[in-house]
Amino acid sequence: MTATPAVNPLEAQILSRPPRTPARDALRALSHTRSAIIGATILLILVFMAVFAPKIAPYPPNEPLIGIEPVRSREAPCIHLLGCPADRPQHILGLDGNVRDFFSRVVYGSRVSLVIGFTTVGFAIIIGILLGAVAGFTGGWADNAIMRLMDVLLAFPALLLAIAIVTVLGPGLTNALLAIGIVAIPAYARVARASVLGIKEQEFVTASRMIGARSTRILFRSILPHTLTPLIVQGTLGIATAILDAAALSFLGLGSQPPMAEWGSMLGAERNQVFTAPHLVFFPGLMIMVTVLAFNLLGDGLRDALDPRLRK
Amino acid sequence: MTRYIGQRFLAAIPVLLGILFVTFAMARLLPGDPCKAALGEKANPQTCDAFKARYGLNKSIPVQFGIYIRDVMKGDLGTSFRYGRPVTAIMAERLPVTVELSICALLFAMVVGVLLGVISAIRRNSMVDVGTMLIANVGISMPVFWLGLMLAYFFALVLKGTPFWLPPSSRNTAGIVLTPLTQVWNIPSSDGILYGVVSFLSNLNIFNSLVTGNFPVLWDTIKHLILPSAALGTIPMALIARMTRSSLLDVLGLDYIRTARAKGLRERVVVSRHAFRNAMIPVVTIVGLSLGSLLSGAVLTETIFNFAGVGRIMFDAIQARDYAVVQGFTLVIAVIYVVLNLAVDVLYGFLDPRIRYS
Repeated sequence: MTATPAVNPLEAQILSRPPRTPARDALRALSHTRSAIIGATILLILVFMAVFAPKIAPYPPNEPLIGIEPVRSREAPCIHLLGCPADRPQHILGLDGNVRDFFSRVVYGSRVSLVIGFTTVGFAIIIGILLGAVAGFTGGWADNAIMRLMDVLLAFPALLLAIAIVTVLGPGLTNALLAIGIVAIPAYARVARASVLGIKEQEFVTASRMIGARSTRILFRSILPHTLTPLIVQGTLGIATAILDAAALSFLGLGSQPPMAEWGSMLGAERNQVFTAPHLVFFPGLMIMVTVLAFNLLGDGLRDALDPRLRK
Repeated sequence: MTRYIGQRFLAAIPVLLGILFVTFAMARLLPGDPCKAALGEKANPQTCDAFKARYGLNKSIPVQFGIYIRDVMKGDLGTSFRYGRPVTAIMAERLPVTVELSICALLFAMVVGVLLGVISAIRRNSMVDVGTMLIANVGISMPVFWLGLMLAYFFALVLKGTPFWLPPSSRNTAGIVLTPLTQVWNIPSSDGILYGVVSFLSNLNIFNSLVTGNFPVLWDTIKHLILPSAALGTIPMALIARMTRSSLLDVLGLDYIRTARAKGLRERVVVSRHAFRNAMIPVVTIVGLSLGSLLSGAVLTETIFNFAGVGRIMFDAIQARDYAVVQGFTLVIAVIYVVLNLAVDVLYGFLDPRIRYS
């Protein structure tokens, strides 16, 4: 079918607009939310930093500079523009205990933190949706069993449970991620179940049942797409928590292991030097905070933009 | 109301049973041999057999679980392999440290958080509001351990020599020893439960120094608690501030507030008498939800400020595979958490009658 020829410029303008869809509406609402814009901007910078880490970092992150440059362990930052003598090598965030360029390590650290955030929450959302959807859709004993299990998981303070799980599995980044993922499952399962319960009684679901669709098809095609909005919001805020928890585990020595450049473990390794070399504690923590702040702002903005009740 | 509380209690029972199972399973799943962990790598098989027989580790897993439940019901949480003392005795020493720290942090969070939230709501969209919410957003995103270290750096090193100097570690200045209340009140250690409770109270340094009237120690304790409480309380403080603001703004937009204003009441009365109580309902939920993060955060805060509390002993016990300690403390923390959430639920029903009846 060919488009109707435009009669006047206004009509032409309206016809040339992309059609309204829920996703486009949300995106537009999002672009008017200040916190979301700030969060997304910070996040883009961090992603840029992570992707181009080899280009940004002046040194390899794990290479001690002993014998390569005339530098000492835990040397304070030296920035030529700020009056550091030009004959000294420039290290804008100083050097760490193993004489490595700290700025390079901080830059590479963004890779680990972003991967941690997305993988743990991705894992938790997938398992959480499956459990929550099955519980909400089938009801009965399956619902009871799944949700009581979730209650038990929620009965432990999250970080303590994560510490316990890592202890059982053994320290290491992968196990720490798994632990944080497991601990996060109940939150998503609850949200998914609540949405499924709300949607499964609606007429369009009854309609697809009437035309003979199988349960799995109804669940995955008709119901689950409608549960995504609250899960996206929960997930974005969840990434913030996951990054904080992963940093805490690494800080305690249970997460990423040396020499990996991870902000939490960098902070943990140098924490006793806080009085003598505060820069080694300050910058990794600042980066954790900024990253978490970005996800929190974006999550708040998403909630404001996606929740029709809050939309002004 | 009684029925509502009863229902809440019943709902908590399966969760408590689940907790018992999880703590038991977790301690069994810890990798490594507890005998070797307790007696050293060179322990010979005979010694290990004797060790396992002594602690019931040679019985089948279901039997061990049965014994575990029976003992827990009797208030016996087992004996630590490492210290050779009952877990409950260790708990009476360590738990008060964490409880005291958490209470101070929660007080800090509630007072500062509600205050900031109310100011922010009243001066909506002003610079004060923007500034406060910026603090709140940054506060939520701060790693507890980093904030603790930065506070220690600033108050113990930068402010050294000024009246604002604060100590960066431990519960009391070295050399300060508190008299145990069991000694003050002459309670013999044979007096099981009473002795335990009094030792627990005795290790709450603020309580102890208040009761014995030892004010220099009280001051010393408070000075040592300020930084850890501020570090631990910042995330809940920020959450409470945000929730107070949005909830108060919601309530201030309602019709009954317009009526109150139309009656000619002063704004202060409208906010403090009419709006505040209703606005506090969601804040109570946030306080309840923060308890978990407080207990988790306590582990990190204790590590940084060198407090010999629950967090530290759990960490050490996990490293040493001290089953009974890991089990006992995890169990007690989870139970405390469930009970506190129950209390929040009940309080919620008390504040908002609609919840009770639905």
